[in-house]
Amino acid sequence: MGKKELVVSAIKNGTVIDHIPADKLFQVVRTLGLTDCNTQVLMANNLDSTKLGKKGIIKCQDVYLSQNEINKLALVAPSATLITIHEYEITEKINIGIPSHIEGTVKCYNPKCITNVENVIPKFDVIDKDDLKLQCCYCQKVTKKDTLTFL
Amino acid sequence: MNLKNRNLISISDYSKEEYMHILKLAAEFERQPVQNIAEGKVVATLFFEPSTRTRLSFESAACRMGAKVIGFSDASNSSTAKGESLADTIRTVSCYADIIVMRHPLEGAARVASEVATVPVINAGDGANQHPTQCMLDLYSILTTQGTLDNLDIALVGDLKYGRTVHSLVEAMCNFNTTFHLISPESLKLPSIVKMHIKKHNLKYYQYSEIPEAINKVDILYVTRVQRERFLDIQDYEKVKNSYVLDRSMLTNVKSNMKILHPLPRVNEIATNVDSTEQAYYFQQAQNGVYVRQALIAAILGLK
Ligand SMILES: [Zn+2]
Repeated sequence: MGKKELVVSAIKNGTVIDHIPADKLFQVVRTLGLTDCNTQVLMANNLDSTKLGKKGIIKCQDVYLSQNEINKLALVAPSATLITIHEYEITEKINIGIPSHIEGTVKCYNPKCITNVENVIPKFDVIDKDDLKLQCCYCQKVTKKDTLTFL
Repeated sequence: MNLKNRNLISISDYSKEEYMHILKLAAEFERQPVQNIAEGKVVATLFFEPSTRTRLSFESAACRMGAKVIGFSDASNSSTAKGESLADTIRTVSCYADIIVMRHPLEGAARVASEVATVPVINAGDGANQHPTQCMLDLYSILTTQGTLDNLDIALVGDLKYGRTVHSLVEAMCNFNTTFHLISPESLKLPSIVKMHIKKHNLKYYQYSEIPEAINKVDILYVTRVQRERFLDIQDYEKVKNSYVLDRSMLTNVKSNMKILHPLPRVNEIATNVDSTEQAYYFQQAQNGVYVRQALIAAILGLK
């Protein structure tokens, strides 16, 4: 990291999301609702990355992601690294990856599923992490990448 | 084997040993259907969607063991019609009954109910998803007519794409070294996810488009209805509809142990001239449903 990191200036406290595939940067911004964020948000895209070729990075002052937001980020950009900053120092760094179980993040695509009618939190088992496939724990139907909607 | 307080939402909730135990109990109830072991117990049958046959089968099972039955046969005259949530209905009924049997038009409803209920729940059908007691009575019928579940040749006929009873039966029979003969129109073939299940168990399946191609090889012929509504093009339906009607004339050279099963209701996919043949087993199959449901209620209430 070191100097390359400084393409975007450092933040004092908050969150850095690194290693976002370049074509996923704006989807991450939208998914996490950063378009409505009032604090400093610094972004850069198409930076050289040995891991991804081209990557994007987002730094948000005073923003910390909830577990639900981390889950969403994991589904959109599983390669991302989530870094927590305190007084300009890295206090935590996680490679997020796709979890094997997801609750309350994604909508079941099956209109006849009970979770789309009653007030029930949807739950899924991730049955394929590479070609994202989520099996609903209630109706057992499989929601795929092209039918994925966030709650 | 202790199944006390266990829910039955999907056939895969029970291990092979567990459903074999239920089939063994069902055989006891077939020998002696009236057993006053559930006196003082209350069985709730909550039918958010009408299904007279399934409801009466469960209620008959409960009555034969001396239990009392409460419930409703149609959501339009229940509190659901007034806007009560499923969870609240189930929590309330949990206070009145020792076990809940429920049918609901939405998929996953029974699983939701089992999460909030304080008494065990039996799924009697949740939309197009699961109907595990149908699967158990199918297994019982196969076991009773063949004397075993192992190493059989089973033909599945008709709508193999949407028929949930077919999918559950295939899943369950994969534990018994079954060879599957799949007879269906091109557009209603068994879904690949179910075929994968067969392959995962290293079992064989063969596909046919007409009944006579397979009928003489099999021990069980499981017939389901090919519905007009499943075809996008009505001409496609017209072309195939007569290929999936079983007639007496097809039974001349079948194996002597071969039996015909059907989840009922039948419309025209089995000609009435088949009813009096020794292969016809579908009405006894419905009768078996009561024994299997007695076995389930008794085991889950901890009475057996
Ligand atoms: Zn669902």
